[in-house]
Amino acid sequence: MRNIFVCIKQVPDTTEVKINPKTGTLIRQGVPSILNPYDHFALVCALKLKKENPDFLINVISMGPPQAKSVIQLALALGCDNGYLLSDPSFAGSDTWATSYALSMAIKKIAKPDLIICGMQAIDGDTAQVGPGIAAQLAIPQITFCQEIELRENKLIAKKHIDDGYDIVETSLPCLVTMSMPKDFELPFPSFVDIVQSLSKEIKIYSAKDIGADENLIGLAGSPTQVLRIYPPPREVKTVYIKSSSVEAVERMIEIMRNENFIK
Amino acid sequence: MSIEVLGNCIGCNKCVVVCPFGAISMVNKKAVIDLTKCTLCSLCVSVCPVKAIVIKREVFKKDFSEYKDVWVFIEFLDDYDLLKMGEIKKVSFELLSEGRKLADKLKNKLCAVVLCDVNRDYEKILKEYGVDRVYLIENKDLLPYDTEVYSACIVSLITKYKPSIFLFPATYKGRDLAPRIAANLYVGLTADCTGLDINKDGLLVQSRPAFGGNIMADILSPNSRPQMATVRPNVMKVEKNYRENVEVVRENTKITPDLRRVKIVKRIINPSSSSIKLENAEIIVSGGRGMKTKERFEILFELAKLLDGCVGASRAAVESGFIDKKHQVGQSGTTVRPKLYLAFGISGAVQHIVGMKNSDRIIAINKDPNASIFSVSHYAIVGDAYDIATKLIDRLKVLKNRG
Repeated sequence: MRNIFVCIKQVPDTTEVKINPKTGTLIRQGVPSILNPYDHFALVCALKLKKENPDFLINVISMGPPQAKSVIQLALALGCDNGYLLSDPSFAGSDTWATSYALSMAIKKIAKPDLIICGMQAIDGDTAQVGPGIAAQLAIPQITFCQEIELRENKLIAKKHIDDGYDIVETSLPCLVTMSMPKDFELPFPSFVDIVQSLSKEIKIYSAKDIGADENLIGLAGSPTQVLRIYPPPREVKTVYIKSSSVEAVERMIEIMRNENFIK
Repeated sequence: MSIEVLGNCIGCNKCVVVCPFGAISMVNKKAVIDLTKCTLCSLCVSVCPVKAIVIKREVFKKDFSEYKDVWVFIEFLDDYDLLKMGEIKKVSFELLSEGRKLADKLKNKLCAVVLCDVNRDYEKILKEYGVDRVYLIENKDLLPYDTEVYSACIVSLITKYKPSIFLFPATYKGRDLAPRIAANLYVGLTADCTGLDINKDGLLVQSRPAFGGNIMADILSPNSRPQMATVRPNVMKVEKNYRENVEVVRENTKITPDLRRVKIVKRIINPSSSSIKLENAEIIVSGGRGMKTKERFEILFELAKLLDGCVGASRAAVESGFIDKKHQVGQSGTTVRPKLYLAFGISGAVQHIVGMKNSDRIIAINKDPNASIFSVSHYAIVGDAYDIATKLIDRLKVLKNRG
């Protein structure tokens, strides 16, 4: 059997996050936790490869608090084979470096990877750093921001974003890819029957000790970056209100644009 | 490493509400933190009115006195011909302009890192942007860009010359390369920064949006060098700062062929993306859901044409099907910094505002006098966006015919 690993994360649905205008803090109440959409797409890509290559085993791995089990359950219901959750208070506060270290240690413990698929970034942090971090830890090639992937023999072919277009690239396995998502892609959800059947699949929970992680390299202690403070986005503009008729408002706009040389 | 609630907790419940992970509960009017859920994100620490929640960090005292200077990775445009080097990208000049300020605060040198096939007198261009020194690796095997080849070259430069700060553009290339380097060196890297400063301890304060732009975080990397950051394009202002002399340090880094493990089979350059070029536009005419219909939205193209600008859109307008996603401005679209930004019927979701608030002049039109977009606008016109857009088009046409 060949092993695909898909790294996934449970995130708050940031499109639902609202701000308390008085305190400038996040209103968390009622914000649902979801599977990071890019990771969801990564699962779709892994399942497609398995369909074409039945010798693949899909291992889903996540790091987070115990309730992150629910996103692994979703992955299993979609058809993934094994689920692993790295959950241990000593992982708390891990930045992208410490997270990639922990995930790479877990992957090494579980099986020799042939292909690792990650979402390009998580929507709560938007860093896009964990995928390349895992690839570096495991010293395998990385292809980031892919839109499509396919396998030909032992070669992975990917269509990846560059700033003004795309590159079609290829590399030999093992490698790591991170997936962006085609626009308007409809993410699939499992049927009720699939969910019920997946409940019999066990999710293995690993502690830092279980994966042989050096405790100096995980959690807040192992993280080279530190959050100094969190605050609402600053707004410092003095606004001039124009509440006249539309004809007068248009004249004011013309005047402003003329004064600043946007029009002659 | 731990989080602790001190005895002075007043049970005000603010931390319970703010915790993104539901890890805090009130027991006998004191906050209790469930360590199995807590990720030490420190949001509770920032809202606590009596400073009763503390995160204890171990402070390493390492000697970083050997590490100095501010480095900037110079990115080049991708060419359709894989073996041709494009021009220096604008974002590189943005980073140099910002890097110059940081270097001045630290009384350090500003250095540019140039990896290229052949040096086309790049130092002459770079010294116009305040560069004191260029680290140059010239080798035809550097084309086309490859993560592992570039990472190996840059890691060797860092270990030899020991920079204190290293900035990369938060482009596809920069966000591919920087985390690979940071992982190999075990140093801190902050993604997609929108603000940089030096604090009183001489550390780099890296500001970035998180949670879809809903909050800002200031991040430090106190215990490792270099302090690495990727910086979002179109946020920093390009400022020229001529230098008389620029020093060029050439490195002959060997590039072994087996380092290159990913092969580019084909390159597709989008012709359409170059025609929009939102990120480089000087004038942007943007529309939101307040334009009501696709047909009404389309008059903004006429307006943009009259002003010689580009059309942008809010996510709401894109999701309503008024316009293609490539026009989207914001956290999940393009960040822009035009000289003039006109916002028609955009209410101003945070995720839109983070992508346009650095525009030099912002004029917003919205019928709701309390629309959030007004808080970042220089001029707030309360009125019907479609009505004003049509009248503005008519006025501009008259002016044009006259001129």
